[in-house]
Parts: sequence; C-alpha cells; structure tokens
Amino acid sequence: MAPLPPSTAPRPAPGPARRSWWGRNQIAITPWLFLAPGILFFAVYVLIPVFQSFNVSLYDWDGLGAAEYVGLRNYEEMYYDDAFYTSLRNNLIWLVLYLLAIPMGLAIALFLNQTVTGIRIYKSLFFFPFVISQVVVGLVFSWFYDPSFGLLNVMLGWFGAGPINVLGDERWVTYGIIAAGLWPQTAYCMILYLTGLNAVDPEQIEAGRLDNAKGFRMLWHIILPQLRPATFIAFVVTIIGALRSFDLISIMTAGGPFGESRVLSFYMFEVALSEYGFRMGYGAAIAVVLFLIMLCFITYFLWSMYREERGR
Amino acid sequence: MAIHHRAALAALAMSTLLSTGALAESHEMALTGDLKIFSDMSNPAPRAVMEGMIDRFGEMHPDLNIELTVIDREAYKTQIRNFLTANPPDVANWYAGNRMAPYVDAGLFEDVSDLWEGDMSEQLASTKGAMTLDGKQWGVPYTYYQWGIYYREDIYAEHGLEEPQDWDQLKSNCQTLLDNGIKCFTIGTKFLWTAAGWFDYLNMRTNGYDFHMALTAGEVEWTDDRVKQTFANWAELIEMGAFIDNHTAYSWQEALPFMVNGEAAAYLMGNFAVAPLREAGLTDDQLGYAQFPAINPDVALAEDAPTDTFHIPSGAENKEAAKAFLKFVTSAENQTLINAGDGLGQLPVNANSSVDDDEFLKEGFETLSSNSPGGVAQFFDRDAPAEMAKVAMEGFQEFMVKPDNLDRILDRLERARQRIY
Repeated sequence: MAPLPPSTAPRPAPGPARRSWWGRNQIAITPWLFLAPGILFFAVYVLIPVFQSFNVSLYDWDGLGAAEYVGLRNYEEMYYDDAFYTSLRNNLIWLVLYLLAIPMGLAIALFLNQTVTGIRIYKSLFFFPFVISQVVVGLVFSWFYDPSFGLLNVMLGWFGAGPINVLGDERWVTYGIIAAGLWPQTAYCMILYLTGLNAVDPEQIEAGRLDNAKGFRMLWHIILPQLRPATFIAFVVTIIGALRSFDLISIMTAGGPFGESRVLSFYMFEVALSEYGFRMGYGAAIAVVLFLIMLCFITYFLWSMYREERGR
Repeated sequence: MAIHHRAALAALAMSTLLSTGALAESHEMALTGDLKIFSDMSNPAPRAVMEGMIDRFGEMHPDLNIELTVIDREAYKTQIRNFLTANPPDVANWYAGNRMAPYVDAGLFEDVSDLWEGDMSEQLASTKGAMTLDGKQWGVPYTYYQWGIYYREDIYAEHGLEEPQDWDQLKSNCQTLLDNGIKCFTIGTKFLWTAAGWFDYLNMRTNGYDFHMALTAGEVEWTDDRVKQTFANWAELIEMGAFIDNHTAYSWQEALPFMVNGEAAAYLMGNFAVAPLREAGLTDDQLGYAQFPAINPDVALAEDAPTDTFHIPSGAENKEAAKAFLKFVTSAENQTLINAGDGLGQLPVNANSSVDDDEFLKEGFETLSSNSPGGVAQFFDRDAPAEMAKVAMEGFQEFMVKPDNLDRILDRLERARQRIY
C-alpha cells in the first residue's frame, strides 16, 4: 500500500456530534466482525444441518424422489430395531473401554518422563501410531488378527491356545476393534500428559518429599492434581474419539459379522449412505439419537469448563 | 460375413460419413456438441475397454467432443445419487434388474424403449427382461457373465471325483474331500454378497426361478416352508463342514488362496474369479467349470448372470449422441471386441457376436444359452430391493455361522419384508 500523503490542511477536531456511525459503534461492532466468518461457517456447516437432520428424521425419503412426512415413525421403528440396540450397546462398550487410553497414556508418559540417551527417539516411537492414518492402523490390526496367518494366532499357538477369529466372531469383534483404536489413542493421551508433566512444579515435589511422600502417594496427591488440565483434555478427546469410531470399523469389518460390530455412526452411514442404503429419514433419526448422546457429554464439558473459569 | 461387411462400412463411414445400409439409422446426422460419460469401469482392463470404445466412437463422429470421467467402481455406487440429481452426464454406467429401480422410480433414468424397437430387441433378447421395469427399457447392457462352480480338476481327479450331476453327488464328493482333509468350498463372506450367491443357487434349484423371483419381489413370506427347505439344504453342507472356517473374516479375494493352495477344492463364484486364479498360477488343466447341479429334479435349471449396463440420465443434455453411443455399444462387432479375452473377458450381450475362444467363456455361454431353461436371474442384490438385500445378506452370513438361529433370522427377514415392500 502506498503511504498516505502528508496532509497539509489542519484536521477538523473530532467533536462528538460529528463522529460517524462507525466511529460511535466501533467498539461494540468490532468483535462481531471478527467473529462473523466463524459464526457464518458454524451456522452453515453445523447449526443449520443439525436442525435439518431433525427435520429429515421425520420423513421417509430415499434421497432421490419426493419425501413423505411420517411423523415419529422412524423413531418408533428404531425402538423395535435389534440392529439399533446392537449399535447402541457397542457404543457404550466403546465409551467405557476407550477410556483405558487415559491411564495407559499416563503410565507411558510417566515412564518416558526421564532423561536418558535417545529419549527423544523413544518418545517419537511411542507417538508414532497417532501420526499414521486410522486406515493404516485398521489394516495392520486386521492382518494381526487374521485367523490363518495373523501374528496374534501364532503367538496364541505358543501357549497352546487355539486360533481365534477375532474379527469374524461376534463375541470378540468389538473388543478387537477397540484394542486397535486404543493404540493411537494411548499415544495421543501420552503426548498430552508429557506436556503436562513438563509444567509440574518441582518445588511441590520437593515439599512432598520432605513430608515423606513417595511412589503412588506422590503420584496421587502431588502429581495428578497438577495434571488436571491434561486429564480433562484427554478425557474430552477420548470420549469424542470413541463416539466417532467410524473409520476403524469400516476398514476392519464393515460392521460385520452380521452387523455385530456396528456403532451408531456406522449404522447411520449404512442405512442412509452406503451401497444398499437409501433411507435418509431413518439415518437422520439415528443421527439425532447420536447427537443427543453427544449433547450430554458436551453439556458436561461446557459446564465443568464454566465452573473452572468461575473458580479462578 | 455380415460382421465383416458392416465393419468395412464402419471404416468407410469414419472418413466419409456415408449414410448407407445398416449404418443409415444410427448415423443419419453428424453428431455434434459434447458427450459427457461417467463410468465405473475403473479397473485396468475395463478402463482400457472403455477408452477404446470412446476412441472408436469418436472416430465415427469427429465433430463430437467426448468427455470421459472414470470413477472408482465402489465409490461410484454412492456417488451416482449425487451426480444424477446435481450434475447429470449424458451416459452413465449402472446395473440391471432391481438395482435400477430407485433411479427409475425417481425419474432419473431416461426411458429408452424407442432404442429397443426392432433389431435391438431381437439381438439382445437374453437381457431384455433385465433392462425392463414397468414394461419399458431404461438402458442397454454391455456385458454379462455366468456364475458357477469353479473347481480344481486336479484335486477332483486325484480323489477319483467327477463334476457333480446332482445334489447327492455334490454331497458325496464333498464327504470324500472332507475325509481327505480338504474343504469342499472356499468362500469369504466379509462383504456378505458371496453368501447371497449360494442362496440364489440353492433357492433356484430347490424352488425354481419363478419362486425365487417372487421371493425377491417380496411376494412370498420368508417364513414360508419352501424357503425353509432351501435353508435346510444349505444346512446340510454347513453341518458337514463343507465351507472353509472363519469365512466371515475374508473378502472374496482373500478366500482365493485356499483354492490355489489346495486347501479347498471349489468356489461358487462369478466368472471374474478366473482371472485372479490364473494369475495365482492355476492352469486351465487344473481349473474346471461346472454348472450348479440340480437339487429338486422337478424344477428347471436357472442361472445367475449379472449384467452391467449403460443408461441415459433424464437430465442429459445431448440425448441424441447418448442414444447413438448406446446403440454403438450394443452392436455385434463392438460386443465381440470388448468382451474378448484381452478386453473384459466376459460374455457379449448381442446374439450375433462371437464368444472369445476361452474354456470358461465358452462353457458359460453354453450354460446360459441352452442349459438354463428356467430363466436367468441377475443376482440377489440386484433382484431384491437394496434394503431387503442388505438385511437378507446379513441373515445369510449369520446362518452360515450359526445355522441354529434360522428361525430368528427368518422372522427378522419377514419383518423387514413387510416394512420394505
């Protein structure tokens, strides 16, 4: 930009009566202007679709032809749908077991929080699974579980245990996929805790030592309280990760065997968008239920964040 | 020969655009403008075939600007909904049978019955039914292929077995193989449809083509005793241990090595399985094709022969050129060319074309043209509506693992049937 030419005429004094509308409201408007792009995109891509989903869930629609209004019939059908309950049950299993990533991540972080030669290499190796794509994780684990040549069954063979078909057996399949999901998620939690551990106050540890705290008591009473922010973030990302568990299921089992490894997000995709899915209304109804479940967690997170802020 | 004569004419027309003889009707006027084609022929061989067809069609119509978009075959299945409504091309690939129904019902495919009047109906008689919904034709076929039992001739010979002629022989063959530690059939049901192939054949052999069509059209209850008989026959094989273990973990490709390594002796599959089996090192001496044997001697034999198709979306802009292209695709000489062994390696849809000199294509052509008096089905997931297909195929897979759950499965399918149709 060209610099402004030096003005020769004396500037008129900015009297209050002559201030422009912009000048008067600048302070109030500026934040909204800065927020406007964010609000716009959030509305177009998040808020409006949420309401659209609610709306579509009241119709019977194949995504192509005319939609027929059916009221709450999609929800009524869901109430009698075994596949829906299977998916819901699997979602709960995911939520509970996925949280194991937090203590596991903490353990690895504590283990790696030391200074030995090459510690950076070890840290990056542990962090590695989080960097690679979920698709790759899924593929690697499906080979690991393969009933004919998979490493898992080779190892079980050493102990005389029979081969198990983890991904083809409806009793094991969800746990098998969660184990695969825990691998990158643990790495994520580990990195959160490693940064958290950097911020632990050495003086408090010193004080604890003087009071004869060590081992588990030191961890529980001195270290963990200081890691609370890290724990909170780890909790949030793990819960959301568990509810979004879509790619691993799609890669490893495509929801099978006979739909036993489906979760709500995958079931929604299958019903509405997959090769055989033409039921936008039913898919939207599942999405609404998933949204309500997420809403519980989101409300809890927001509430605890709000409390935190007020507590300061 | 008629074919040679017409091919020569085509060559002439290429340079001079003569409008004489057989070519007059399709090439009366020079086609101009753009022709947008969306294709799912993304695998290397089909892609080369598609590009070759477009080159030849382009030479016949030099003023036509042809734009080809090739989309991954699996992704295409979901993308077609979007582009048919939002951005329709002039020509699009799809499948015959009930798979067309959602798009036909939504008015997204153009009625091309006029194209079928006259010669085409005669030459493409074998697939006309599959292209017909509500008494009209909605596209044209370009290739189809037989299903059947592909088996290891060398393993059968080693144990003194012959191609099964009936159900009992199939089971006794199987028992011999099992006694020698070989599984009778390989299968990978991870993506479900392979199990539907078994259901198609067992049901068509037990209850016949017409019953099978009525069932996929939703006119028969799934809890019907005749359906249960089909499953009872299936259960005989399952309880013998005829299928490989852990098939739920494999795709159809991942199930191939069992046959290549001789751990399983046969595979009920479409003809497309031959290419990978050959690539894996099996020679034509080791590999045989057998028609699925009769179970109930009172019903006529019927076969699965899935047909792949071209359609004109109703939103197409250059329908003139699109129709000319469809006509060109189904012409006898083009059919011979694209379905040859170095092309698609499948069966031509035009009765005046010649089948490539390939053991399996010849046998398959024989089976479909003279040994399938009952009828020719598409495939379960093309004959039944998409939703029903999905629910049913999941049931088939569950049944193959837990045959004892049959009643629960059939109840579920029946509930789905009542909801869907």
